[in-house]
Amino acid sequence: MYEADLAIIILWTLLSVYSILGAIDFGTGFWSMVYANHETLAGKIANRFLSPTWEVTNTFLVFLVVAVMVFFPKAAFSFATAMFVPVTLILVLIVLRSSLMVFSHSFEKYSKLLRIVSGITGLLVPMLLIIVLPITEGGFISVVDGVETLDLGKVFSSPTIYAYMLFGLASELFLSALFLADFSRELGSEDTYIIYRRNALFLGPVALLMAIVALGVMDPAASWLMANLQDKLLLFMISLFCFILGYSALWWSLRNEKNVGWPRFAMIAIVLQYGIASFAYGSAHLPYIVYPIMTVTDGFTTVETFRTLLIVYAAGVAVLLPGFLIFWNVFLKNRSLIREE
Amino acid sequence: MDTVVLARMFFGSSLAFHIIFATLAIGLSLMIFIFEILYQVKKDNNYAIMAKRLTKGFAILLGVAIPTGTIVGVQLSLLWPGFAEIVGQVIAVPFQIEIFAFFLEALFMSIYVYAADKLPRYLRLISLFFVMFGATASAVLITSANTWMNTPAGFSVADDGTIYNVDPWRAFFNPSFFVSSWHVVITAFATGACVVAALAGFKLLRRKAKHQEFGYYRKGLYVSLVVAAITGTLMMFSGHSSAVMLHEHSPEKLAAAEGLIATQANAGLTIGGFVNPDTLEMEYGLEVPGALSILAGGTFDTVVKGLEEFPRETWPPFYTHVLFNLMVGLGSLMFGIVLFALFMWWLYKRKQSVQLPKWLLWLVVSLGPVSILAIEFGWIFSCSGRQPWTIYGVQRVTNAATRADYVGELYFLFVILYIVLAILTVVVLISYFKRHPLAKELETYGGKNHV
Ligand code: HDD
Ligand code: HEM
Ligand code: HEM
Repeated sequence: MYEADLAIIILWTLLSVYSILGAIDFGTGFWSMVYANHETLAGKIANRFLSPTWEVTNTFLVFLVVAVMVFFPKAAFSFATAMFVPVTLILVLIVLRSSLMVFSHSFEKYSKLLRIVSGITGLLVPMLLIIVLPITEGGFISVVDGVETLDLGKVFSSPTIYAYMLFGLASELFLSALFLADFSRELGSEDTYIIYRRNALFLGPVALLMAIVALGVMDPAASWLMANLQDKLLLFMISLFCFILGYSALWWSLRNEKNVGWPRFAMIAIVLQYGIASFAYGSAHLPYIVYPIMTVTDGFTTVETFRTLLIVYAAGVAVLLPGFLIFWNVFLKNRSLIREE
Repeated sequence: MDTVVLARMFFGSSLAFHIIFATLAIGLSLMIFIFEILYQVKKDNNYAIMAKRLTKGFAILLGVAIPTGTIVGVQLSLLWPGFAEIVGQVIAVPFQIEIFAFFLEALFMSIYVYAADKLPRYLRLISLFFVMFGATASAVLITSANTWMNTPAGFSVADDGTIYNVDPWRAFFNPSFFVSSWHVVITAFATGACVVAALAGFKLLRRKAKHQEFGYYRKGLYVSLVVAAITGTLMMFSGHSSAVMLHEHSPEKLAAAEGLIATQANAGLTIGGFVNPDTLEMEYGLEVPGALSILAGGTFDTVVKGLEEFPRETWPPFYTHVLFNLMVGLGSLMFGIVLFALFMWWLYKRKQSVQLPKWLLWLVVSLGPVSILAIEFGWIFSCSGRQPWTIYGVQRVTNAATRADYVGELYFLFVILYIVLAILTVVVLISYFKRHPLAKELETYGGKNHV
């Protein structure tokens, strides 16, 4: 069914975009905590990015949840029951993180404490979010008396889950460090750039290693996915090439530059790396949304609703695009804002 | 306790908490917009400071509104998977547009909060306009989903539960959509004005305020009372339309709201009291003869359907009568206080007296809690008046609810979370405004009144 395929492509694109936005957002929160009292601008720059953007990133998360509900309502039905406990716990962390972050700006007395709690909860959220992936790969959800039940005991004793968690953590820190390196350069703060570049250099290989480990310790129930993934070897090689390209760009330089590295180029290459790998993984996952209980076709919404949604998407993008452009120009390119702080 | 009851309590509590911050976000965005316009027109710096200080409070409240909104948004699927399954097939459109409205609001809110000082005038107004527009639009859109639950439209259900014949726009513009979303928006605006009036009134109670501050708060009080009077008038009319709408489209709910058992013309309206479930008699109420027929159809001989027309097992709970009374009662009280305070203002002004009496200011302070309580009771009425249905006539609550384990335990966790957040919000607000007193801002801006 061609509509359902289109729907899963849109959904998967949204998910890939969010995984990068979210990694940068949550990771930046962590760095802003680590460098809160640092002599360079490292903490300030992290905050400078975070303050105006976290709302938008959070809206993106809701966007994703709503997209699942409206494109694949029947999948939402079976998945919501199974994921009740983990998702509810993630919600607690998200709420604590966001509100404490906002409060920390206004509550000078306990600002440090609030920042620490929000930084740490922010670190945990991506680790928990990413376990949705191995759970959809099969082996963790069973249907008991017609009710989809998540085997929590198995989740917490499975090496796959922990490998994915570590992969999520490493990616979060890597992507955000790299992004902040680029952002510092954009704002003209070279000593901050040096710090974040160093972090990125360390974390890049760790993230790559964790990705390989996560694939290596895949649950036996997910052998169907393993077989599909092997067909995508070419894509994974391209993705790896992007990583090498991006990583090495952190050492490139022209003669007249002060510090080595082209962080903008590195950032673009790494985003491509994640994008391609995500596409390869996503297409290997088809036709299942949740293996083996829910396929893309079973979960799909009604065609009428889907067509209307496409129109709504087009209109929404047309309206919002100028808004995003203004936003980008006001905040992310504006050097004067940082100097005044 | 059984999972369905727990799920209802869980979702009801989450929404009851979210709605406080969401309503204030809508209402305050209107007030900030008005103050900013007044500043541009009158060039009186006091209004700029009002807009600025309210924005700071607004940003703190959004820090709770957005995450709690994330909670209810996700819990809609988590706690009501059966409902979400139908939502996704039929009434997906408002949820999706709402996301775009959130983006709009979040983008321009950040622009206004973090860059207001660096923006040219017109961009400031534009950003604020979009903040207000985004917040209001999100209320209208989510209300579309809620009204569709009350008066479902735009789809058919086969015997095996399959949904077919879907018309997303007819579902969106279901019969009660316009009336109810207007009621929700206008009550949110009125509540915002009332809360600002209450804050100003509270500050004026502390008589030792300096002269300059005194003038500041009086201006704030006056403007917000005028806005509350205008929106309040519209609100009373719109409340009436809502009642007419119930009469036409949800007669079972109206009958329960009024404890009306027998279908009749010249039906009376009972204030207070409750229905005795054994005798089905209204007890201890004050009956106004004929008033319900007038409310519902404009004439005494309007026939109002009673509960007897419906099978007893689908009657909404009798306590909805109490909830309905509380909403209308508190709403009327709020409107009365606003009009009365403006009248007294006019009297005192004529007498050249500067100080408003303390008791009057206390009445004004009560506007804050009274209006928020009216919102709460209104929603709880609307949602429990739909019982036992989640989608009226289509899906029962028991078929919508989750069957997951640990609902009770997690509910307990969330109640604690909400209590902590509520306390923290108040503490943060107080601490912020203590550390950034008005006097200092008046000093910074005070001299240059006509910039
Ligand atoms: C400040 C708040 C406030 C005030 C003063 C009023 N209302 Fe209200 N009312 C609401 C806040 C509200 C609400 C919270 O916004 C509701 C809940 C659901 C909805 O659509 O709006 C609502 C719902 C609601 C409904 C039910 C709609 C439904 O279930 O679909 C009716 C019949 C009324 N109202 C009628 C009135 C009347 C006759 C009022 C006269 C004074 C009144 N309301 C004042
Ligand atoms: C009439 C009732 C409601 C009103 C007036 C209302 C209004 C609002 C407002 C003003 C915000 C802040 C928007 C922002 O700045 O992004 C908000 C956030 C949110 N609301 Fe509500 N809301 C209501 C009920 C609900 C319900 C029932 C749901 C879901 C089922 C919901 C889902 C959300 C979500 C997901 C957010 C967060 C969006 C984000 O991440 O930016 N709301 N709501
Ligand atoms: C427009 C926004 C809203 C939507 C879409 C919505 C939707 C729902 C849904 C799906 C349920 C569960 C099924 C059911 O019990 O019928 C529900 C129940 C409930 N909601 Fe709402 N709701 C909205 C606004 C609110 C608000 C703002 C409040 C509280 C102030 C509220 C209070 C409740 C309560 C108390 C229940 C439980 C009903 C009962 O136990 O009788 N709702 N609502």
